[in-house]
Amino acid sequence: MIDSFLQYEFLQNAAITGILIGIVAPLLGVFIVVRRLSLIADALSHITLTGIAASLLLEKRVTAVNDWNPIYMGMVFSVFGAILIERLRKVYKHYEELAIPIILSGGIGVGVILISLADGFNTDLFSYLFGSVTAVSRDSMWTVLVITSIVILIVILFYKELFVLSFDEEHASVSGVNGRWIHLLFIVMVALVIASSMQVVGILLVSALMTLPVASAIRIAKSFKQTIGLSIAFGETSVLVGLISSYHLSVPPGGTIVVTAILILIMSILYKRVRAQQWIKGEA
Amino acid sequence: MENRTIVKLENVSFKYDREWVVKDVNLDIQSGQFLGLVGPNGSGKSTLIKLMLGLVKPDQGSIHLFGQTLKQYQDWQEIGFVSQKANSFNSGFPATVIEVVKTGLVSRIGAFKFFNKKHKEKALEALRVVEMEEYAYSNIGELSGGQQQRVFIARALVSDPSLLILDEPTVGVDAKHVTEFYDLLGKLNQEQGITLLMVTHDIGTITDHATHVICMNKTVHFHGASEEYKEFSEEDLNQLYGHSVQQLTHNHEHHEVNHND
Repeated sequence: MIDSFLQYEFLQNAAITGILIGIVAPLLGVFIVVRRLSLIADALSHITLTGIAASLLLEKRVTAVNDWNPIYMGMVFSVFGAILIERLRKVYKHYEELAIPIILSGGIGVGVILISLADGFNTDLFSYLFGSVTAVSRDSMWTVLVITSIVILIVILFYKELFVLSFDEEHASVSGVNGRWIHLLFIVMVALVIASSMQVVGILLVSALMTLPVASAIRIAKSFKQTIGLSIAFGETSVLVGLISSYHLSVPPGGTIVVTAILILIMSILYKRVRAQQWIKGEA
Repeated sequence: MENRTIVKLENVSFKYDREWVVKDVNLDIQSGQFLGLVGPNGSGKSTLIKLMLGLVKPDQGSIHLFGQTLKQYQDWQEIGFVSQKANSFNSGFPATVIEVVKTGLVSRIGAFKFFNKKHKEKALEALRVVEMEEYAYSNIGELSGGQQQRVFIARALVSDPSLLILDEPTVGVDAKHVTEFYDLLGKLNQEQGITLLMVTHDIGTITDHATHVICMNKTVHFHGASEEYKEFSEEDLNQLYGHSVQQLTHNHEHHEVNHND
């Protein structure tokens, strides 16, 4: 594995990109989960697919568009989808969650049409859906590095605002925190991280990398900082174990990463149970 | 301490879906008081609080906080707010008590700055005041309703406010802790000189603790010392609540008997 890692650039790209998203997807995931926005990640990943499809179609039909990296178009669509969700949430004030199925099904609907126009379902598309260890270009890796750095910096700078907004929106407002602005910033970051993650985990499984490690961490952690730390540790473990087994088993990394995350989740639930039983025994 | 007007409302009205919820409210809140804000369900008590805090904007009238209009007002650390616990937070939230209390410092610290050791000590100090210091590193969701409410008071106190606004803080707190809770509020008012404004359903208990009472139903019907409020006749109360309020005179408390809700 180490030999091939040093030998093949594509493996380095996939591994480094994986390590980066293993940090940043669970980091934003913590805020997504505690704010009960888990489904937004799904909606945004599906609209990212529309962007990928649009890019593939343009590549086929327009000769000038030859070397476009579909990740950019994916990002544009994802950010656009994020802003659209916010607008829709205002239109349906009493049914805010409606924004999610609207964007999700809209994204898939338009995506399917564009994919068919671009001559259908090929291996390229398969790797976008479920991730790939071979498809990450050096160019994408740098893009993901830049996005990861920006997101980490913003989360550090706005940590207290993001935390207070997640814990209690009303209190945030009384504290003079501009909730709308911070929320918009947050949702755009989510959109960018989803588009960044999709090459490794795949569009259909991106949201899992944002939510499953957090679901495990929340069972064990006492504090919010611990939740963040554990989520990143679990996310990173899932990505690394997933990527290595994907390479050896020749299956898409999306599958192996998610299965690893699920195993961690099961272990954390069992751990909590055992701890609780020990505690009851100790009391008795 | 010299009394001064810290909250001033002039002809404030607010409507929700074309219906007036708050109508022509004039109010002067002086520093050093412990005010109980009472009134029937849907009388606009919580809305009035939200108007003062700038959470909703009035359709008419003007609001001044510490002599400044709401628009000019920036010193939010001067005002601590404790909302109805039940609606405002997710009890499974993975945070420790001290992390929650520190959020009370967000406006004082300002943007692009971080929590430091000094803030941690301030938070511990606020927890000491509400006698919750030993729970500083417990998960907030593991505490009882009464303990959580104390934590939220600590969060409001941590920025050293001169005005503390509480919206039905005793909802969800078991009866035996309510008395302790009032004692804590009395202590804050008398020993620390914090002005308190508390919305409550409990018109009986509040008059025993608050120095002043505001009674409203869309508009202010009574605003004066608690002693005077106790004299407020049964007839007046019935008219205000629109149904019979039985006064149990043997312990000098009013008890609302017929609930329409």
